[in-house]
Amino acid sequence: MNDESANVTLRGRKRMAGSGWANIAGRFLALIIVFAFFAVMVEDGRFYTLRNLENILRQSCVYATAGLGMTMVIVAAGIDLSAGSLIALSVVSVAWVLNLEITGPDGGAMSLVDAHPVLTPMLAVGVGVLASTLAGLANGAMVVGLRLVPFIVTLGTMGMVRGLAKGIADERDIYPPADTWINSIMDPTLSSAERSWQVLPTGVWILLAGVVVAWFILRYTRMGRHVFAVGSNEETARLCGVPVGRTKLFVYTASGFFCGVAGLMQFSYIGGIGQPTTAVMYELFVIAAVIIGGASFSGGEGSVLGTLIGALTITILYMGGQQMGWPKWVQEMVIGAIIIFAVAVDRFRHRRATE
Amino acid sequence: MAARLEMRGVRRSFGATQALRGVDLSVAPGEVMALVGENGAGKSTLMKVLSGAIAPDAGRLLLDGAEYEPRNPLHARRCGVAMIYQELALAPHLSVTENILLGVEPVLGPLVKWKEARARARAALREVGLESLSPDVPVRELSLARQQLVEIARAVALECRVLVLDEPTSSLTAQDVQKLFDLIRRLKARGISVIYISHFLEEVKEISDRFTVLRDGETVGTGTTAEASTDRIIALMVGRSVTDLYPRSPREPGETVLEVKGLSGHRKPEAASLELRRGEVLGISGLVGAGRTELLRAIFGLDRVKSGAIRVAAHVGRASPARRWAQRVGMVSEDRKTEGLALRLSVADNITLPRLRGLGPLGLVLPSRQRAACERWIERMSLKCQSAAQSVGALSGGNQQKVAIARLLHADVDVLLLDEPTRGVDVGSKAQIYRLIDELATRGKAVLMISSYIPELLGVCDRIAVMSRGRLGEARPREQWNEEALLAAAVGQENS
Repeated sequence: MNDESANVTLRGRKRMAGSGWANIAGRFLALIIVFAFFAVMVEDGRFYTLRNLENILRQSCVYATAGLGMTMVIVAAGIDLSAGSLIALSVVSVAWVLNLEITGPDGGAMSLVDAHPVLTPMLAVGVGVLASTLAGLANGAMVVGLRLVPFIVTLGTMGMVRGLAKGIADERDIYPPADTWINSIMDPTLSSAERSWQVLPTGVWILLAGVVVAWFILRYTRMGRHVFAVGSNEETARLCGVPVGRTKLFVYTASGFFCGVAGLMQFSYIGGIGQPTTAVMYELFVIAAVIIGGASFSGGEGSVLGTLIGALTITILYMGGQQMGWPKWVQEMVIGAIIIFAVAVDRFRHRRATE
Repeated sequence: MAARLEMRGVRRSFGATQALRGVDLSVAPGEVMALVGENGAGKSTLMKVLSGAIAPDAGRLLLDGAEYEPRNPLHARRCGVAMIYQELALAPHLSVTENILLGVEPVLGPLVKWKEARARARAALREVGLESLSPDVPVRELSLARQQLVEIARAVALECRVLVLDEPTSSLTAQDVQKLFDLIRRLKARGISVIYISHFLEEVKEISDRFTVLRDGETVGTGTTAEASTDRIIALMVGRSVTDLYPRSPREPGETVLEVKGLSGHRKPEAASLELRRGEVLGISGLVGAGRTELLRAIFGLDRVKSGAIRVAAHVGRASPARRWAQRVGMVSEDRKTEGLALRLSVADNITLPRLRGLGPLGLVLPSRQRAACERWIERMSLKCQSAAQSVGALSGGNQQKVAIARLLHADVDVLLLDEPTRGVDVGSKAQIYRLIDELATRGKAVLMISSYIPELLGVCDRIAVMSRGRLGEARPREQWNEEALLAAAVGQENS
C-alpha cells in the first residue's frame, strides 16, 4: 500500500484530552487535594475522623445516586432539570403509602403499616421509585414525541412534578404513623452497635450497587454505546440505525428511576417525613456533580465514576466549609466558583489538546 | 516587484509535534498564489499563524516589507489580511449590511449611522458583483454562494490587501465557481493578493498565477502554475508520483440488489428510477443541489418519500436506517462532521456503531472486543491512528473518511451508498479509497456513488447517471460519457 502518503497525513495530529482512566485519576487527585485542604485546616483533625468520613459518604448519597441517571442524560446531550422535584415526588409517595389507612377487623380505621408492617414499607419503596420513574418516562416521551428541547420540557416538569408532590401531600408534611426500616437506610453504622456489621450505611451500599449497574450499562451494553452515540452526534446515530427516540426515552426514565432511589435516601435523611418542599434546587447540585465529574453539556462525554467523585467533591466542600465555620454565603460562593473553575480547566485542557 | 506578503522559515510545534517546520511563501500584489498540500500538511496551521490565531515559534512575516506580527484575527484584519474559511463566519440573523460592517459600523456616539452603513455596504456589494442584492436581507436567506460573496464583500469593505480563501468552492456549483473566479480576477486587477487553498488542482490550474506546495509542514516546491503539470504538483504533494489513480479490475455485473422505481421525495428527487447490480459501481453526477443526496437519503430511509418503490434484494416495505443495515445496505454521508461521524467518540465506537452484535456474550458490547474487531479495518485501510481508542476528531480528514467507510466493512454490507466519498480527502487517501471501491466491486459488492468530481466518476464507475433539478437521467456505461457530456447533462442541456 502507499504508506508514504499515509504517513504524511499522520504527522501533525494530536491526541484529544485524557483517555478514560487518566481523566478519572485526575479528578480523583483533585478530590484528594480538596479533602487534604480541609483535613489540614479543620482543627484537631476532626475532618478525617472515621465518623466524619462516614458523614461525607452519607451526605453525598442523594446527589450521587440522582447523578447516576443525570450522567446518562447528559452523556446523551440532554438535561434533566426536574431531578429535585422527582426526588420530592418519591419522598412524598413513600410517606403517602406509609400513611394509608384501611378498615380494621373491628370496623374502625387502622393504619396500613400497623396491619402489614413488613409489606407496607416494601410497597412504599416500590410506589416511590415507580412514581419517579414514570415521571421520568413522561419527560422522555415529551422530549421525543413533541420534539422539544429537554431544557424546556424538564423546566416545565420541574414545576409540574413539584406541584404533584404538593398535591399528594395536600401541601403539608406527611408524618407516617410508625417508623419503618426505610427511615433508617441512611443511619450511621459506626456509632450503632447493632449495625456495625454492615460497615457502611445501607444507603451507601445502595449507591454502590447503583454505581455498578449504571457503569455496567454505559460501558458494556448496546444501550450504553447508543447513549454515547446519540449524545456525541445524533445525526450519526440515526445514520447508523441507532433507535434515537428509544435511547432518549431510556435515559430520562433512568434519571427518574435513580431520582426515585435518591428519594428513598432523602426520605430517611430528613427523618422519615414526607416533605413536598424537600430537595429544592437539588438538580443544580446533581448537574454540578456530573459536570465536575467530567461530563460535557454538548454530550458524548461523561462517566459514572466521575460523577461519584464530583458528588463527593461537592459534599466535602460543603461540609468542610461548614466545619471551618464559614458563613453560609461564603460556602455558596465557593461551591459556585469551584464549578466554574472545574469546567474552565476542562475546556482549557480540551482546547490545548485539539488545537 | 516587492512581495506583498512574505513568510520566511516559519516554524511552529504543538508539544512534540512539529506542525510547521520551515515554511517559505511569498505573494506579490495582484497575484493569486495557490497553496496546496494534503490534509495534515500544515495548511491550516499556517493559516492560523497568518490570521494571528496562533504565534509562530520562529520565522518572520513581512507585509509590504514591514514586520507583520498579528496578535489576533481582528488585528490581522485591521492590518489588511482577511480570511474566508470553509465554514463561513457570518451572523445568520443579521442583515447583509450589519454583517459587512460588523465591528466597524460608522457610529455617532452610541448610534449607528444606518444611511452611511447601507451606502458603504452597497459599495462593497458592487465590488463583488452583488449590486442587485438588497443590503437589508438577513444573511440566512441567501444561498451559500451568495453568503460567501457577502463575506468577501466584508473583506473588501475593510480594504484588505491579502485575501485568503480556504477551499472556497467545496460547496459551490460549477456556475458559482465561475462567478467566484471572475470576482477573484477583478480583485486581482485591483492589486489585492489572493492566497487560494484548494484540493481541486483543476481550479488551481485555472485561477492561480503561482503555486506553493506544503508537505509535512515544509515548503517543498513553488513555481509558476502555467509551467507545471498537474501530475508534477501531485507528485510534490505526495512525495512520489501517482500513477494509475483509478484501478479497475475486470468484473462482471451480477444480479440486481437494489431497484428503485419512480421514487419521489417531498421536493426532490422526482420519479427517480435506477437498478444496481452486484459487482458494479454506479455513479451519479450532477450539480450540488440537484437532489442526489436526497435520493440517497430516501433510499436509505433517512428522509420520507412521497411515492415510489425501493427493493433491496428481496426486501420491500418501509425503510429506516436500522432496516437498511439489517438488509446489508450501508451509507457514507457527504458531511463527515455534522452527520457522518461522532467526532468525540473513538475510532472503535464509530466503526462498530451499526453492528454492535457479536462483540461480547449475552448481547453485551465489550470494549476490548470492539477494538479488536477494528484492528482488521485499521490495517486493511492503512488508517493512521494511535489506537482504535483514539477520538475520531483528532484524525485528519482522510483518515476520518476511512473510519466512515470502515463502518460499512465492519457491517459487512452488500450495497454501499457513498455520498461524495472523497470530499476533503488528501490525494493519498483518495487513491486508497478508489482501490477499495474497485476491490469491493470485484468481490461482488454493489456500489452507488455520488460525486461532484467528474474525473473521479469517469475513473471509478462502470455506469454513470446524471441528476439535474431532481430528475435522474438514464444510467449509461462510462465509455459513452466524457467530461463535457456529463457537465452538459448536469446543467440540463442534454437534448438541446
